Amino acid sequence: MEDIKQVILDYVIEEYVEDEDEEVTFDTPLISGGIVDSFSMVSLKRFLENKYQISIPDEKASPEAFDTVDLIVELVKEFTAGK
Amino acid sequence: MSFSEKTKEIYQAQLNDIEAKGIFKQERLIHSSQAADIEVEFPEGSDLKTVINMCSNNYLGLSSHPDVVKAAHDGLDSRGYGMSSVRFICGTQDIHNELEHKVTEFLGTEDTILFPSCMDANTGVFEAILTEEDIMISDRLVHASIIDGIRLSPAQHDTFKHSNMDHLEKKLQLHVDKRLKVVITDGVFSMDGDTAKLDQMADLCEKYDAMLFVDDSHSSGFIGKTGRGTHEKCGVMGRVDIITTTFGKALGGASGGCVSGRREIVEMCRQKARPYLFSNTIAPVVVSGVLRVLDILSQSTERRDKLEKNTEYWRQGLTEAGFVLKEGDTPIVPVMLFNAKLAQDFSRDLYTEGIYAIGFFFPVVPNGQARIRTQISAGHEMHHLEKALAAFKKVGEKHDILGKTKQEIIAQYGL
Repeated sequence: MEDIKQVILDYVIEEYVEDEDEEVTFDTPLISGGIVDSFSMVSLKRFLENKYQISIPDEKASPEAFDTVDLIVELVKEFTAGK
Repeated sequence: MSFSEKTKEIYQAQLNDIEAKGIFKQERLIHSSQAADIEVEFPEGSDLKTVINMCSNNYLGLSSHPDVVKAAHDGLDSRGYGMSSVRFICGTQDIHNELEHKVTEFLGTEDTILFPSCMDANTGVFEAILTEEDIMISDRLVHASIIDGIRLSPAQHDTFKHSNMDHLEKKLQLHVDKRLKVVITDGVFSMDGDTAKLDQMADLCEKYDAMLFVDDSHSSGFIGKTGRGTHEKCGVMGRVDIITTTFGKALGGASGGCVSGRREIVEMCRQKARPYLFSNTIAPVVVSGVLRVLDILSQSTERRDKLEKNTEYWRQGLTEAGFVLKEGDTPIVPVMLFNAKLAQDFSRDLYTEGIYAIGFFFPVVPNGQARIRTQISAGHEMHHLEKALAAFKKVGEKHDILGKTKQEIIAQYGL
């Protein structure tokens, strides 16, 4: 299985990072750090749902739950568990 | 008593939190009409101070123009103060209709519908014209009112990196199967002062069968050779399907806005847009003022030409002084300071020097991109700009940032 962490990090960098000098790692605050605005989070949620064939309810897709790649991985694992 | 101690405490805690974060907004009382020189009471209770206003949206200097004020008086006398009705009951006067026709002619579109504000236009339009089968694809830096409008619409939405045409094209490909597609952008972005690449966007929209929406609030009246807006500047007049704009900035600065564009879109708004259906439209006194503004602008480009020259002088002066600016050629000229506290201190020191310009920082702009946003007006005379420039240099020297790069300022002050 692909390394989920790396896949998600690559997507975040490709989709959101504007400044090439900006270093984004697994624990970089994405939303509270201003890299991903909560309004644009929708494409990340759509990506995760399509990529991992899951459905994340809106109440679970909070800015807090999406704030770092590490947290996103936890969330994805929660929904892929038992699949 | 319904407003209990518990309720009070909940609100007070939230207000305390806003204050603790340093983002508590306070109004400054202005005791004069809007102009290059204004009399300000700040902090509240202090003596009045005459300062040069470098942060208003009065781009064409028409907010207090005697002809506009007279037209407003005439409108008040002939059509009264209020309509006491929404448009479709008994709140449409002949001058509302006249203004819609004049705006249509000015913007070079097919039809126009007035709204109480451009905020209302933006919050009402998407819900009126789209369903859940459709997609809205917006630039990531669009105005807050557009974001609210998108949230109120049942249509799906996605975003693209600011002004990044490759990313926009990827998104158009991703959503190629949607019934209706609309690409959404500001014409001139209010915080950065840059202009949307409407020529490329119009091409992409045609390629992927998408409508193009532009909010030209920071453009109408002065961007483009005859001030029609960003669609004139980018050579795409007639190729933008929906334009929203305001009368609360360059076009007299009072209030009101509109949706202008394809006939069917405007008609859908007339039938379904909630701020149009459930709120009075623009008061006759304001309508009469805007009609006069459009006459003035249709007769001569003198004001937008002066604004262009003032902007060139201001950008060049700040650049030569060694400030870091956001690139662009519009009258919105952001002086980049990066650090939020520095932006606040800089604004305070400018005020001491008689210059009124506000610092912007997170969450209004992205973290680490704090700035003083200056806005140039045709109402500025050369002596205003010379004095403002001297003050910026003095304060810049005090904070030791002149000639410094972005990295050097960040190294000195942090983010």
